[in-house]
This record gives sequence, structure tokens and C-alpha cells, in this order.
Amino acid sequence: MHPTHCAYIAGAFEHPTRHAPDKSVAQLHAECALGALADAGLTLADVDGYFCAGDVPGGTPLVMADHLNLRLRWVDGSELGGCSYIALVEHAAAAIAAGKCSVALITLAGRPRSTGQSVGVQTRALPPDRPEAGWDSASRWTIAPMYGMAAQRHMHEFGTTSAQLAWVKVAASLHAQHNPQALLRKPVTVDDVLASGVVADPLHKLDCCVITDGGGALVVTSAAVARGLQRPLVKVLGCGQTVQTNHGGNVDLTSTGAQVSGPLAFAQAGVTPAQIQYASVYDNFTIMVILQLEDLGFCKKGQGGGFVADGNLVSGRGALPWNTDGGGLCNNHPANRGGVTKVIEAVRQLRGEAHPAVQVPGCRLALASGPGLVLGAGHAHATLILERE
Amino acid sequence: MTDPAVTDPYLSDPFVVASPENLPFWQAAEEGRLLGRQCTACQRHHWYPRSVCPFCGTAGTAWVPMSGRGRIHAFSTLRRASPPYTVAYVELAEGPRMLTNLVDMAEADMHIGAPVRVVFRRTDEGRQAPKFTGDDSPP
Repeated sequence: MHPTHCAYIAGAFEHPTRHAPDKSVAQLHAECALGALADAGLTLADVDGYFCAGDVPGGTPLVMADHLNLRLRWVDGSELGGCSYIALVEHAAAAIAAGKCSVALITLAGRPRSTGQSVGVQTRALPPDRPEAGWDSASRWTIAPMYGMAAQRHMHEFGTTSAQLAWVKVAASLHAQHNPQALLRKPVTVDDVLASGVVADPLHKLDCCVITDGGGALVVTSAAVARGLQRPLVKVLGCGQTVQTNHGGNVDLTSTGAQVSGPLAFAQAGVTPAQIQYASVYDNFTIMVILQLEDLGFCKKGQGGGFVADGNLVSGRGALPWNTDGGGLCNNHPANRGGVTKVIEAVRQLRGEAHPAVQVPGCRLALASGPGLVLGAGHAHATLILERE
Repeated sequence: MTDPAVTDPYLSDPFVVASPENLPFWQAAEEGRLLGRQCTACQRHHWYPRSVCPFCGTAGTAWVPMSGRGRIHAFSTLRRASPPYTVAYVELAEGPRMLTNLVDMAEADMHIGAPVRVVFRRTDEGRQAPKFTGDDSPP
């Protein structure tokens, strides 16, 4: 048995808020921690490992550890952007396998909606000490045109169309209509997406994810702890993570770190993409879903546009039920970081706790995957494969 | 006596100050010359400039003059900005792709593969930054 088979996701919690002007980031982290622990049937006193990323107040795990008065023997503050919480499940599984902790708490929270952040179109002020900042900052790049360039290259190289991109949003919206907490619950059509106005060529407004306050948390435990709880057993079967660099100036805008993190996770799990019954794939922009589905092996490179079209990602209709909570495009993108909600919906599916309208019958094998930071500017990527035992 | 930082605004630019080893690049930019960085061992050009070659790991790279010519690899105009502006990756003639902007160029002339040449535009912080515009007489 591989060491990471010792780890289980015993608790998962998505904060119900999407707008929290009356709460601090620390309070949101605390509420998410309690939510995930209650879901697992554990308390703060049980936590002996704490894992967080750059969204935490002060940028270090020390602050929330003190705020919650945790008694820890393992801490991890790896900052990998939006995929941190997927990667941190692997870190937690490794720490548990090494005997360094047995109840690992992972939290994410933020309030970009309340503070008026619009990271997609606002210029990113890079800190001057970043080695590329003198040049890259001068271009006033923002996230939307970076993914716009990715979409343009994919269209140029493979003939992908804006209507195919739009199908990703349509699928998300068809799922979100069943999620009472989703920010956007109204189903949209391909024509609605194409008529929503261009943000950054060729991406339309509805190709872009939402901006929400909120957060989420996960509790990863050893097998011994998990078996003593009253929750379905969700095993961490395979994990992968990487950083895709710009290769010294040879940026590749049509591939993602999923081409590394995916095969690592599949190899460790001993399964193939064809066996995956449900996939959470990070949807900051519609094009990013297409790129990752290709790199994860659900279809060949260049065929992602055709793969997502005509409802193929819609639960109960298509071949690959995807982001059944409505994803970042419709449901939630707390703190501008979509990693934790990807894991949470995969856990719901494996427990049979997704909304009945989108629940995959007999779901036993699920994937959660996503990028961190920005395609085209160097990005991290992490993939998890989870199994209902 | 005149403060040199006033006559040479780039010298007090926080992005210039933070990386002293890149000063030759910004000095050349003041004269409208584009420098790049080439490995003295494997001879490959990389971007952005750094002292350790990202390809062979040699701590022996050097500033070299660049042709300032290239072709558009990808571009996207941020329509939500006021006024809109165009972010691009330009593939330099020497090989690397640079994150930059397309300026003073008709949208009809912007397409993947279009020839472009470097021009410099002063940033709000003070340094001259390389941008690209249409090249009517590519080599």
C-alpha cells in the first residue's frame, strides 16, 4: 500500500456566504475551520497539523494558529495561489504518512467582493523585488488578457471557437441552478455568453469567473482517525503537483501544469481518466477548463473545444460530469482562489451528498484539479484523485 | 547642482533600484537600444534577463545587443480598461518570447505572426520600457 493511502478527507465545508462586508478574513477562516471540523465530527482540540496559503492574515500559518489557539506539531504555509488547497491535501497526506500529524486542518478565506478587488482586469502591481517585475509590470498585464492570449493561441492552433468556450459556462450554469448558495443561478445559453461583451479578446464577460467573499476548509486525517468517525470514507488515492515555468522565455500558452500533475496523480492512484466518474476542474476562465481537460488526458490536445461542446460536461447528460456545484464560473470563487471548492464538491459527490439533480449515481472515483497564479506568467498546478471506500 | 535623479528619472525608479545588476539594460533603454541576455556557454538567449542561464545552469550570461525585431506570438486587448490597451507576447528574432504591449498599431494590423519592432515608452515610475509596433520593413 502506498503511504498516501493512509490519508482520508474526513471533513469538508464551503462557507455559505458570497458577500461578507461585516466579517474579517480571520473570522471567515475560523468559521470555515469550525465548519469542516463539525462536518468530520472533530473539534479544534483534535487538530495537530495546520495548513494554509497566502490568503491567511499575515501570510503565515502562525497568525491563524494563534487566533484559533491550536496545539500543533506540524505547520505548512505553502503559497501556490488558487491551487494551494489541492496541493495542501497532498502535503497533509505526506505529513500523515510520515507520522507528523493525524488531523490536518486546511483553511481558505477572503473577501475580494467586499473590498472591491477585480483581479481579472485591474493592473497587477508586482513587487519591485520580483526579478521579472521591471519588464512585466511595464506591460500592465492583468489576468484576463493572459487567458485571452491562451484562448487566441488555442483558436489559432486548433480551430477552437468562442461558442465551444461558451459551452463550459453553459454547463456550469445548468449545475448552478440547483445550488441555492450559488452567486449566479440563472441558466445561460451559448448566445448569452457570446452577447455578454468582450472583456479581453477573445474572452467575453461570461467566460470569466465570479468574484466572491467566503472560503472553505478541509480536514485530512489518518486512516485510524477516519475509521473512528461517522462519515463516509473518502480516500486520497493519488496526488500530483508542479510548477510550470515560462521556460526561460519560451512560454507555452496552450498547455498547463496539468500535463505534469495529472499523470503523477493517475500513476499513483493506478487509474486512468476513463475511470473518473466526476471531475472538479478549476474554471477561472472557460479556456482554462479546455486546456486542463486535454492535459489531464480526458481528450487529446487540441480537441478540448469539441469535447466540452453540446453539454458533454453536464451531469446526467454528458460523458464527464464536471463542477456540479456551478464552479467558479457561477457558484463561488472565494478569495479569488478556487482550489478548495474543487475538492469540496468532489467530496460531496463521493459521499452522495451533491444536489440530487447533479449527483453522479454510485460515484466512487473523482478528480479535483487546478492551477495557481496565472497561465502565461508561470503557474503552479495540482491534481487529486479521490476514492469512496 | 542638479539632482541626477531628476535629470535621469529612471535612476530613482523602484524597479531599477531593486535589481542593480539590470542597470545596463535601463541605461541602454534610455538610448533607445534593446539589450538581451545570452549564455556564454550554451549561446542561447533567454528572457527576462538573469545571471544564471535557465537552460544550462551556467552562471555566465552576458548582456548582448538585440535586433529589436520580432513577430507577434499572441495578443489580447483589455477592453475594460480606459482607454483599452493591448498586452502581447512577442517572439524576438533571437528566440525568446517577451511579455510586452503593442502600441501605435492599427487593430487591423495585429495578427499572429505579424512583424513588429521595438519602441520605448517611459513608465510612470521613470524607466523606459520596451514595447512593440508594426514593422513596415522587416528583414
